[in-house]
Amino acid sequence: MVRAIELTEQHGGTVTVINVGPASNDIIIRKALAIGATDAVRVDAEPTDAYNTAANIASYAKDQGYNIIFTGKETIDYNGSGLGAYIAEMLDLPYISYATGLEMNGNTAVIHRDIEGGEEVCSVEGPFVLSAAKGLAEQRIPNMKGIMMAKSKPLTVIPPATSEARVQTVKFVLPPAKSGVKLIDPENMDELVRLLHEEAKVI
Amino acid sequence: MSVLVYIESPKGIIKKQGLEAATYAAQLAKSMGTECVALLIGEVQDLSLPGKYGATKVLHYNGANARDFDAQVYTDIIAGGAEKSGASVVIMAHSSTGKSLLGRVAVRIGAGAVSGVTGLPDTSSGFIVTKSVFSGKAIAHYNITTDKKVLSLMGNSIQPVETGGEAKIEALDVPVRSPKVKVIERKTTEGVVPLPEAELVVSAGRGLKGPENWGIVEELADALGATTACSRPVADSGWRPHHEHVGQTGVAIRPNLYIALGISGAIQHLAGVNNSRTIVVINKDPEAPFFKAADYGVVGDVFEVVPKLTAAVKKLKHS
Repeated sequence: MVRAIELTEQHGGTVTVINVGPASNDIIIRKALAIGATDAVRVDAEPTDAYNTAANIASYAKDQGYNIIFTGKETIDYNGSGLGAYIAEMLDLPYISYATGLEMNGNTAVIHRDIEGGEEVCSVEGPFVLSAAKGLAEQRIPNMKGIMMAKSKPLTVIPPATSEARVQTVKFVLPPAKSGVKLIDPENMDELVRLLHEEAKVI
Repeated sequence: MSVLVYIESPKGIIKKQGLEAATYAAQLAKSMGTECVALLIGEVQDLSLPGKYGATKVLHYNGANARDFDAQVYTDIIAGGAEKSGASVVIMAHSSTGKSLLGRVAVRIGAGAVSGVTGLPDTSSGFIVTKSVFSGKAIAHYNITTDKKVLSLMGNSIQPVETGGEAKIEALDVPVRSPKVKVIERKTTEGVVPLPEAELVVSAGRGLKGPENWGIVEELADALGATTACSRPVADSGWRPHHEHVGQTGVAIRPNLYIALGISGAIQHLAGVNNSRTIVVINKDPEAPFFKAADYGVVGDVFEVVPKLTAAVKKLKHS
């Protein structure tokens, strides 16, 4: 979001924050407005699966003329990394993941992205969707002025466009517990190597 | 009906994660009583490989539009291949490419999808897959309710198994759009196994005190044939390149062996590495939280312990 705000500071334009969730999310949405987003939309629904979240976002976004749709690279709770790809496909837009750098030149974006063991630089014409990785922008904290202004920025609540979901959560289980750590005498690295070779069988 | 597996071939080479996906798809196809079809795009040096790992057919798309990775173009190809082979399940590796494709392919073919699955599906009632969530603190069981399914496979969740088979190789011809994404440059560190694919990792943190001390880390990594990694503060301070940063906001890895040197084990770091098979922690602070997540631990000064460990590893390798 910060990169989006920076781009509008540089080139003009607006930043809309969108969330699919219950009213208890409004506090976080107001924080985003306090950091500098222009307005916000909340789809009033309990999130179910990524498909459903994406479908609701895509349904709202499709007629609004956004140049760039930003998503995060992975969710901290369910480790989902697909939202941007779903939205992009639903809107028939290009999708660039793991962007660590984004520059706009008119309608052309030059994006740096993380790939396995390195980096890729690519360019694409807007509109497009991207997922943000560390390095895209410096974090910002809301200041007093931002917090005051956030109160009067529009936060529109809309009903969900769809309740269709394709993946159900059956259950959560704890991973098998690790037995306690085996401590090895620092003077005896031969023993550690032996254990790694014979017991753990990893070398 | 078939199981389609998209196998990546960066610079023409099929890597271990690709063979894992092939084995997964082949075993799933066998349990569903159907065939496993492999789909490859662009340059491929050895098209016979998928057959050796359980595919009975290989579809190869090598058109000009697929020269560089463009997720929309690749989705056209994979969706086209899925239709041609009547695929009800599409498998791919959970890689940076897979993450860009999963949602697209799922929407395109009308499938439900789960990313980063860690085991074969339970098809006894529904189609239930497991996935690591809450940054490795729990395992979720998900049921996909649509007829068609798309899965991306977490690395190092299944070992590739050679079946000694042979696949029929066919050129794939499907309508494909012109790419909208232009790749300007690709920089990968050559000769090093990328972290997400590494089976052996030696990682170090602030306990190393400064970038000039990394020699002992690299020597241990060399002796083991391991890839090097680091904690977030180390990457943020510029001591190591940021693609070495493993953790919640960095790379999540699943190596067979993770050796952590001078890293305290903050929860955000653990989130990136707690799915490792074996964790070794070397730290001079016996209260370091990392010891609670470790299989083996050494309480000692890294500058004294690590060279001794490197020597012991070399002794093993030469015997």
